[in-house]
Amino acid sequence: MIELRGLTKRYGEKLAVDDLTFTVRPGVVTGFLGPNGAGKSTTMRMLLGLDSPTAGDVRIDGKHYDHLQEPLNHIGALLEAKSVHGGRSAYNHLLCLAQSNGIPDRRVDEVLEMVGLSAVARKRPKGFSLGMGQRLGIAGALLGDPQVLMFDEPVNGLDPEGIHWIRTLMLHLAREGRTIFVSSHLMSEMALTAEHLVVIGQGKLMADTSMAQFIRENSRTYVRVRSPEAERMREVFLAEGYQPVQGEDGALEIETVENGQAAARIGELAAREGLVLHELSTQRASLEEAFMRLTAETVEYHAHAENGAAPASPVPGANVPPGEGPAGPGHTPGVGPAPGAGPAPGTGWGEGWDDPQKGKGR
Amino acid sequence: MAHVSRVLKSEWTKVRSVRSTLWTLVASVVVTVGLGAMICTLTQSEFSRMSTRSQLTFDPTYTAFAGMSLGQLAMIAFGVLVVSAEYGTGMIRSSLTAVPQRGTFLLCKVLVAGLLVLVVGMVTSFATFFLGQALLGDHGTNIGEPGVLRAVLGGGLYMTLIMLFSLGFTFVMRSPLLAFAILMPWFFLVANILGSVSATKKFAQYLPDQAGGTVMSVVPDSLDRPYGPWGGLLIMVAWTAVALLAGYVVLKKRDA
Repeated sequence: MIELRGLTKRYGEKLAVDDLTFTVRPGVVTGFLGPNGAGKSTTMRMLLGLDSPTAGDVRIDGKHYDHLQEPLNHIGALLEAKSVHGGRSAYNHLLCLAQSNGIPDRRVDEVLEMVGLSAVARKRPKGFSLGMGQRLGIAGALLGDPQVLMFDEPVNGLDPEGIHWIRTLMLHLAREGRTIFVSSHLMSEMALTAEHLVVIGQGKLMADTSMAQFIRENSRTYVRVRSPEAERMREVFLAEGYQPVQGEDGALEIETVENGQAAARIGELAAREGLVLHELSTQRASLEEAFMRLTAETVEYHAHAENGAAPASPVPGANVPPGEGPAGPGHTPGVGPAPGAGPAPGTGWGEGWDDPQKGKGR
Repeated sequence: MAHVSRVLKSEWTKVRSVRSTLWTLVASVVVTVGLGAMICTLTQSEFSRMSTRSQLTFDPTYTAFAGMSLGQLAMIAFGVLVVSAEYGTGMIRSSLTAVPQRGTFLLCKVLVAGLLVLVVGMVTSFATFFLGQALLGDHGTNIGEPGVLRAVLGGGLYMTLIMLFSLGFTFVMRSPLLAFAILMPWFFLVANILGSVSATKKFAQYLPDQAGGTVMSVVPDSLDRPYGPWGGLLIMVAWTAVALLAGYVVLKKRDA
């Protein structure tokens, strides 16, 4: 179990990690999600006692990391940054780590076997591919057979085979009842492995919720209708109490709560009114979009684009902590720019997810 | 102290499993002994042409250690490499994750590197002394003469201390490039120049290498210092202690 309480890290003026409080519960895969630069790696380094927090506290099994006598037997970590001497053979690298924690030498061979590096055990990691380097890092994390495992962006830069291997490994480790804490900036990656989700943006906690609940609350479903009689269509819907929003190609979008039935009801309504429809479809925003919406406001490195025609604004209220009913049903996307959406919005990462002019039909 | 002995074992594995550190030790031995032998050979053939004053204050032991001025650079390199093998590669993150008690980590590094270099330094010191004396022939001395054994033991201690000073210094700098760029020219050139120019001599004689080096001299008159051979070594010990302490403070306080 990992407990963070008010964990804060300040670099000069900048708050890299801002008052994080959450618990990583045992026996499940907890995804730690946030855009690049959100403070994930800093948080993980503080957890390992590599960086000292400006304020707050983080404990592993109730202890500060530097109070663990044999930390590798409690928690294994794969850090994002390279943490290996390129000139020391894979075997010796693991051996010196094992020795410092009183782990028997034969365990080194075991973990090398586990990650499939036995053949290159005597080779120097200087010549390793990214995937092999990642495997060596994981071998190090598994050395002490710890109950808690932490991976920082484990699939970053890996080829599909490597990604598949790591996913399978994590699920396997979780099935053995271990606590897995894994960071990523890719929602789609998390959706495949994580049961629980902690989302941060600019160092702040944005969500701490189960994956299922996150999907329920954050995936936006809407019905898209297009008709040659656009004006009449709008009036019909307004009269029925719907809140249609202008989409592209003269289409209207109607946010819905239910799955499936909404399109049916809207179709029946159109038939009753004798309205010709050219399109009637249920659209579902991807989880990636949901994640972007949650963190859009906090994305630090916007790529600024020239055109400022379509203000891509963060949705007011999208940032509500869990439990306070985040923007789900009843929220109308694209209704005017949010306060503070400046004249030169970017089209960078995380922006424009709710831009009515873009990103539809993805 | 079960923990310390484990970390010592681990640090020993680290030192012996990287080529660069081992090669610097070999280089140090070869350069010190080789250069010392060369200079002794030259001195032997040129002795009759030296001034009377030089002949009177001739120190055969100190002459045999002439190779130390270059050999010590390899020892400095060793001290830097032991630390930069951690910081320069990212290994420090693995190391501190395995041993979060940073004081223990530093202590074990100092002990392993220090003991290893003490052994290598002593072997070098005795080898260069005996080879030098053999080459100096009639002008040589022997280990039984007063002060000679002290000087030879001092040579091994000097090498160990200069390596530990560099190790501590690199823990402060954390960058191998910076550590090399400062330490190498300093000990190869600057300190020697400051020590020879009369204007700066007064303060330069308290620099670690200038002070520590006196332990290797048997004829104190040839150096003219306000402290004795052991006093000089003690000044060097103080410098080394300060460097290691500063290294510890930086290691303890800063993020890895």
